[in-house]
Amino acid sequence: MITYILRRLLVAIPTILILIVLSFMLMFAAPGGPFNSDKPLPAAVLANIEARYGLDQPYVVQIFNYVKNIVLHFDFGPSFKYRDQTVSGLIAQGFPVTLTYGSWAFAVSTVLGVAIGTVAAIRHNTWLDYLAVGSAIGASVLPNFVLSPILVLVFTIWLGWLPAGGWSNGGWEVVVMPVIALATTYVASIARIMRSSMLEVLGSGFIRTARAKGLPMSRIIWRHAMKPAMLPVLSYLGPAFVGMITGSVVIDIYFSTGGIGQYFVNSALNRDYAVIMGVTILVGVLTILFNLLVDILYAWIDPKIRY
Amino acid sequence: MAVTDPTATPLAAPARPDKGRSLWTDARRRFFRNKAAVVALVVLVLIALFAFFGGLVARYDRETVDFTLMGVNARNGGPSLATGHYFGVDDSGRDLYARTVQGTRLSLMIGLVGSLVAVLVGTLYGAISGYIGGRTDGVMMRIVDILLSIPFMFVLILMLVMFGRSLLMLFIGIGLTSWLGMARIARGQTLSIKNKEFVEAAIATGVKRSAIILRHVVPNLLGVVIVYATLLIPDMIIYESFISFLGLGVQEPNTSLGALISQGARQILSGGEAAWQLWFPLGFFVATLFAFYFVGDGLRDALDPKDR
Amino acid sequence: MGDVTTSAPLLEVEDLRVTFRTGDGQVNAVNGVSFALDEGETLAIVGESGSGKSQTAYAAMGLLARNGSATGTVRYRGRNLLELPQRELNGIRSQEIAMIFQDPMTSLNPYMRVSDQMAEVLMLHKGMGKRQAVEEAARMLDAVRIPDARARIGMYPHEFSGGMRQRIMIAMALLCRPKLLIADEPTTALDVTVQAQIMRLLGEIRKDLGTAVILITHDLGVVAGFCERTLVMYGGQIMEEGRTEAIFATPTHPYTLGLLSAVPRIDREDEALLTIAGEPPDMSRLPPGCPFFPRCAFARPENETIRPPLVTLPDGRRRACHVPVEEILARKEAAQ
Repeated sequence: MITYILRRLLVAIPTILILIVLSFMLMFAAPGGPFNSDKPLPAAVLANIEARYGLDQPYVVQIFNYVKNIVLHFDFGPSFKYRDQTVSGLIAQGFPVTLTYGSWAFAVSTVLGVAIGTVAAIRHNTWLDYLAVGSAIGASVLPNFVLSPILVLVFTIWLGWLPAGGWSNGGWEVVVMPVIALATTYVASIARIMRSSMLEVLGSGFIRTARAKGLPMSRIIWRHAMKPAMLPVLSYLGPAFVGMITGSVVIDIYFSTGGIGQYFVNSALNRDYAVIMGVTILVGVLTILFNLLVDILYAWIDPKIRY
Repeated sequence: MAVTDPTATPLAAPARPDKGRSLWTDARRRFFRNKAAVVALVVLVLIALFAFFGGLVARYDRETVDFTLMGVNARNGGPSLATGHYFGVDDSGRDLYARTVQGTRLSLMIGLVGSLVAVLVGTLYGAISGYIGGRTDGVMMRIVDILLSIPFMFVLILMLVMFGRSLLMLFIGIGLTSWLGMARIARGQTLSIKNKEFVEAAIATGVKRSAIILRHVVPNLLGVVIVYATLLIPDMIIYESFISFLGLGVQEPNTSLGALISQGARQILSGGEAAWQLWFPLGFFVATLFAFYFVGDGLRDALDPKDR
Repeated sequence: MGDVTTSAPLLEVEDLRVTFRTGDGQVNAVNGVSFALDEGETLAIVGESGSGKSQTAYAAMGLLARNGSATGTVRYRGRNLLELPQRELNGIRSQEIAMIFQDPMTSLNPYMRVSDQMAEVLMLHKGMGKRQAVEEAARMLDAVRIPDARARIGMYPHEFSGGMRQRIMIAMALLCRPKLLIADEPTTALDVTVQAQIMRLLGEIRKDLGTAVILITHDLGVVAGFCERTLVMYGGQIMEEGRTEAIFATPTHPYTLGLLSAVPRIDREDEALLTIAGEPPDMSRLPPGCPFFPRCAFARPENETIRPPLVTLPDGRRRACHVPVEEILARKEAAQ
């Protein structure tokens, strides 16, 4: 197992490096980009950049420096827009926020999705099952940017229960709506995947054996059916993670939560390349690491996978 | 090769036409027996008519600002037949009906184009990968895996920022990612087609590889491709709307459902008095997605060989 | 019906019917099956696939698929299993009646260690601790002659061969020393050489533990020498039932005759294999008369509409057929 993890890490590290180098090259290639700028940058910022990247150096050296600083110091360089801000500083401000409601949304989607899917499968073809399937179809047309305004309309304007946004140190009342908005479609997707895989598992020979052994249903579900039924859900968690990290951009914008998404969009509108790249690289790295985690979990659950 | 080709076609042909004909008529019958799918298809046709011909009954165009409603928008700008603003006006006094027509049209087109790219690129990529097999297949699919694990929305936004925000860039960006899933599906299907008799007959008579893929494999992928392409359209619409919601997608005076929802959503944040600005585009958005999902589902039940 | 014992039979099935609701309508898998089994007795239920033989056993164990339902009675030591609450039925499963299945590849959980799968039976039914249960399970694996059982018990099913997996299934079924073992096609998925080993093992275990066995199979070759009694099923109904030697020597039902002729025999190589022409019946549209009618060599027109009753012959044998016994025996003589 240890060697398997190490081997997967060995693949992940070059992928991350390639990602960083590619982003950097993209920045160079951009017409009207910061380095061959036709729009002059503020003098102070330009001085920052020049000092940082050594623009008189060959490209290879510049890339090497860029990568070295990210890897060794988690330093993405100065912002192109604000001279007293560094990319790392902005990320350090925003990331805890995103992480807070993001992990809640992720946990809610997984737990609720698995639970709903399991119950629907156990109660196959009953009203409970139909309710679950119906809601899942309904939820699939409610992506975060559609759900967010509806939530504010209901909970803030009509009911007056929750504030329309802000963060205020992440109390529950500002976390609820972002989590619902972010999690709903994924609860639905996970519930659908879990339902169909659980149905398949429950119809399999080894579940019949477990029943013939006189095990109670609860034990059959937990000990015998859960693991194999979870495998398709596990493969979906990677894309779900990407989806939620992407969705956080909408959340940050709409609920003004102040996560990294807000910086991302603002710098996209301001053409602050350094911040966009910093966030993109961060998200890419997180995704690669998360997929690695999923692969390890998969190998741990499925004894047939050789590592 | 030109000599062997004609001899190969009659050999392979008998398996396809008569099987094909019954397959498609069968599928049509199955599809029209599915009530939800038929209703969804009707809704879809109505939405398309609205998007492409709805402009004919608009009393204003999408850019004209109705100055009579300036400042009194929330009170007098609502949906009304009397003012001719069937869906009301937006914050700047522009006719929401005309804008919704245009937004729906753009969203539909984005969905269709994204899906079309997926069909063209994805099918061919998947068919080639699956047909050649072996190490080539391994490498080609590994590339798809890696690309699928990248958070593409960020890359797309990065590209939009660097190369400028334009409709063309949006189409390119969406097209770049949409084919990945299709490639996987086409490959899986190719693997099973590869061993069918008509392909073996074609190989035995010495038909070129490229000809086999184009003439024998791809046409047999059609059922699955159509189903997946239909289900891909709503995903593409969501994709574009997401970007437009953030203000990074289509630019004024053009608009899309996502951009309109974004405006409506901002209305809600500032008190929600002009909530119609959210409901109309949101209604069309949700209805369009629903319709595509149900049509796609109906097509899957009708066409997917797995259920037969 | 063989030796008459004073005590009640171990298992008594009466007018068992099993139906499945499917998209294409109702399927009648078992249509009024009755039989009894004494303690320590061995019974073979023989028939083609789709004859309802497996569903009879599943119904008795409460293992029908979700869309299936059973009526009639299945009395185990006086208690009707079909009406037992789930809790009590779970108490009988494995402790009193255990079951092994056709395909050892799919009937063991691929995601659990063999030790866990076996130990949970003892922990649940016997209240043993984990360590003790694994110890006992390893002893049982020894008993079914799995080499190096103590070391291999912690492995996963896919690390064993097919024959070994079926041995594990047998060991797991015997953990609680059940009174009745139902073996559903236990050798069908195995290699021929392994088949013989498994049957020998089952025979030894039966002798050692005194367990009654119901052997469900389509393979008459497996039945001879193992089961005291044989029950032949077709179309969800009993065609013929009696002592195995008697059935083999003098089959009184055209279907049994056909089945026996289909068994290849080494002593008569020159003879072409006799098979039963036609297809097994569509269980959702059974004919009103004898289910075997369309394929029967002795069929008479009236058999199509009148269902033959199951009658008991003087020697205790039961058969359901309109054709006189003599006619069938005469045909058999002629064939030889």
